[in-house]
Amino acid sequence: MKEVLIYKGYERFWHWTQAVLIIFLAVTGFEVHGGYSFFGYENAVVYHRYAAIGLVVLIFFTAFWHFITGEWKQYKPTPQFVKEQIEYYLLGIFKNAPHPTKKTVLSKLNPLQKLAYFGLMVVIIPLLVITGIIYLFYRMPSATNMNPLNLTNLEPIAILHTIGAYLLVMFVIVHLYLITTGHTILSNLKAMITGYEEIEEDDDHHKKEEKKV
Amino acid sequence: MRNSFLTVVIFAVLVSATYFYLKSPEIVQTKLEVLKENYSKPRDKKPVDHSKFEVLQKQFNSPQEVVKTCMSCHNEVHKELLDSPHFRWQRPVYENGRGVTYLGKANAINNFCIGVQGSEVSCNKCHASFGEEEAMLAIDANAENIDCLVCHDNSATYLKGNNMNGFPDKSVDLAVVAKSVGTPTRDNCGVCHFFGGGGNNVKHGDLEKAQFHTTNEIDVHMADNGGNLICIDCHTTENHNIKGRLFTVESSNTNRVSCTDCHTELPHESTVLNEHTVKVACQTCHIPTYAKVNSVNTNWDWSKAGKLDANGKPFETEDSLGDHVYKSIKGTFEYARNKKPDYIWFNGTAEHYLLGDKISEKETLLVLNKMNGNYNDEFSQIIPVNIHYAKQPFDPGTRMLIQPKLAALAKGEGAYWQDFDWLKAAEKGMEASGLPFSGKVDWFNTVSYWPINHMVSPKENSLQCVDCHNSENSRLAGLNDFYMPARDKYELVDTLGNLMILLTIAGLFAHGSLRYYFAKKQK
Ligand code: HEM
Repeated sequence: MKEVLIYKGYERFWHWTQAVLIIFLAVTGFEVHGGYSFFGYENAVVYHRYAAIGLVVLIFFTAFWHFITGEWKQYKPTPQFVKEQIEYYLLGIFKNAPHPTKKTVLSKLNPLQKLAYFGLMVVIIPLLVITGIIYLFYRMPSATNMNPLNLTNLEPIAILHTIGAYLLVMFVIVHLYLITTGHTILSNLKAMITGYEEIEEDDDHHKKEEKKV
Repeated sequence: MRNSFLTVVIFAVLVSATYFYLKSPEIVQTKLEVLKENYSKPRDKKPVDHSKFEVLQKQFNSPQEVVKTCMSCHNEVHKELLDSPHFRWQRPVYENGRGVTYLGKANAINNFCIGVQGSEVSCNKCHASFGEEEAMLAIDANAENIDCLVCHDNSATYLKGNNMNGFPDKSVDLAVVAKSVGTPTRDNCGVCHFFGGGGNNVKHGDLEKAQFHTTNEIDVHMADNGGNLICIDCHTTENHNIKGRLFTVESSNTNRVSCTDCHTELPHESTVLNEHTVKVACQTCHIPTYAKVNSVNTNWDWSKAGKLDANGKPFETEDSLGDHVYKSIKGTFEYARNKKPDYIWFNGTAEHYLLGDKISEKETLLVLNKMNGNYNDEFSQIIPVNIHYAKQPFDPGTRMLIQPKLAALAKGEGAYWQDFDWLKAAEKGMEASGLPFSGKVDWFNTVSYWPINHMVSPKENSLQCVDCHNSENSRLAGLNDFYMPARDKYELVDTLGNLMILLTIAGLFAHGSLRYYFAKKQK
């Protein structure tokens, strides 16, 4: 086993900022949606807007970072090992079987993660961001205000935004659980905090395998 | 190293971006301070003192004699009056479907005492003239019959008599009144406008005798301990053209008084609230309830009128609040106090049922003043209204609402309030209106909309977001032509969303439990 830097400084900053923003957006957003009162309605609306702007800015920088560093390739989904990974979560994990793929600096996401994050970044986040921005710039029909979007019905936008919000909340819940499925219960969490994780060296790995057989 | 530097830079940009967004735009001073200061200066200075004028130092034998004296100095102003709705009870308007027409009390049917025709002897108490022949369409009327005094008396002693055709009560000392004249006070306007519909607050709900002297809680503008404004502070007047529209008898989006005249278009510090003003009139949030002191009439059923007591005399019954439940001369009533308004879209134009219009066969509830507007109309705003229902006499032969003769000085003239005979009252009233009557009286349900503009509450009492933005008892539950967050939900999305979240949690819990179980077993 060796300790390697698997999450760089910016990545960790991005991850935690995004985590906080998303949870905050969910709490305020669902208050706007109605059903409970936490911040107070007006505050919920205003905070949601500020946090949304924050998230858009963050996403902008992060996209930039991923392209400059080439890290985006990490998220390119691959068909290989998807089946194995599913089998691992459904069966192997209970038998303490090894992870079917190795975590390396160059490939830190397993195939299922790649798929999930790809879906998150290609479907859920854009859905929320785009409908959210339209929501933000929606103007009620008025003689004095320009309506830059020329949109007269907010309902479809609001429905799509709400669907995105439910999906994202589900994603976060699953994500929180999967944190515990690393080497040890806390190793994934530790990695995202410190950046370092113990990764099996090739030889080590083989030895382990042999022992078990 | 490079990485942490980049992190710091990006973080700094993020924080400053959020900061600049957060920083609210320069707040235009809400003007409230300025307004308060302006209106706290004494305003009772008069440029002239009529009590010193020689021509007014005498006894007057008739009100016309006073008016003639007024005109000896104000020798052109009667022309403005003869052309004003306060005198003519109508004015030229443009109305959808009719084009340019005359509209006013002279030809509108209202939901209360119905209309003037045939009953001038009583109705003229609130008409700025002396004598019934001057009442309507009187562009060439005798100017000496203009009642200057009802609006300009500052002695608070002038009073028009009951059933005196607009003439002052016998008790009035014209010499005192004449020397007192000045600009109209709250009393001058209120003496008619607070009592419309035959009693205090019957019609408006937001204009009543309590506002002669009231408190901030009731009306921040008129309160003695508030703005202490008088009517003409907002209803500014030039050449006797008084600013302000009441859409029971008006139809165009012009010459209106608006809150923004004083309070500007951006009265709030909060941007979210300022954005609301595009679609939500100030009154909607700032008048959470009306009829705060005395009740407003909400329902009037003429068809129940005419019951007499054992001696054959008309009688009245009241409820515990002192509001009339029944009057032999008028029928049954419903009243409400501290009422939450109803809300409608309104773009500043209205259409009216006018005397003599035929009601279509399809109609079951006749709207007397249709207020136009909807969400997509760019001029429409949500406004609070008092919705007033009535059941009125109707001629099934001509399909017209009947204008009955109600008031007369004595029995036998066919007036309903004297003789209690609908057929005769209808015949006399329609005759006075120049309209046919088939000889049959039936009843028709009618409704009229009364915008609520007065009785603005202190800002602490205004509506809160969740008064409308909630799905259970939203104040705007009735306005369904637009999407509103929290009030409107797509049930399927919520049901499925919540279900999926529950299933996810349950699945993960099961997965976690299994892991725990197997881990234990392996040890
Ligand atoms: C860049 C991202 C986002 C933008 C620009 C955005 C913008 C908005 C806006 C403008 C509203 C309407 C309330 C208002 O007027 O302030 C809204 C509502 C809402 N937002 Fe977001 N939002 C974003 C992200 C999110 C996220 C991440 C979530 C949840 C995980 C979320 C959940 C909600 C919900 C549930 C509503 C209520 C929708 C309704 O009932 O109509 N939003 N959002």
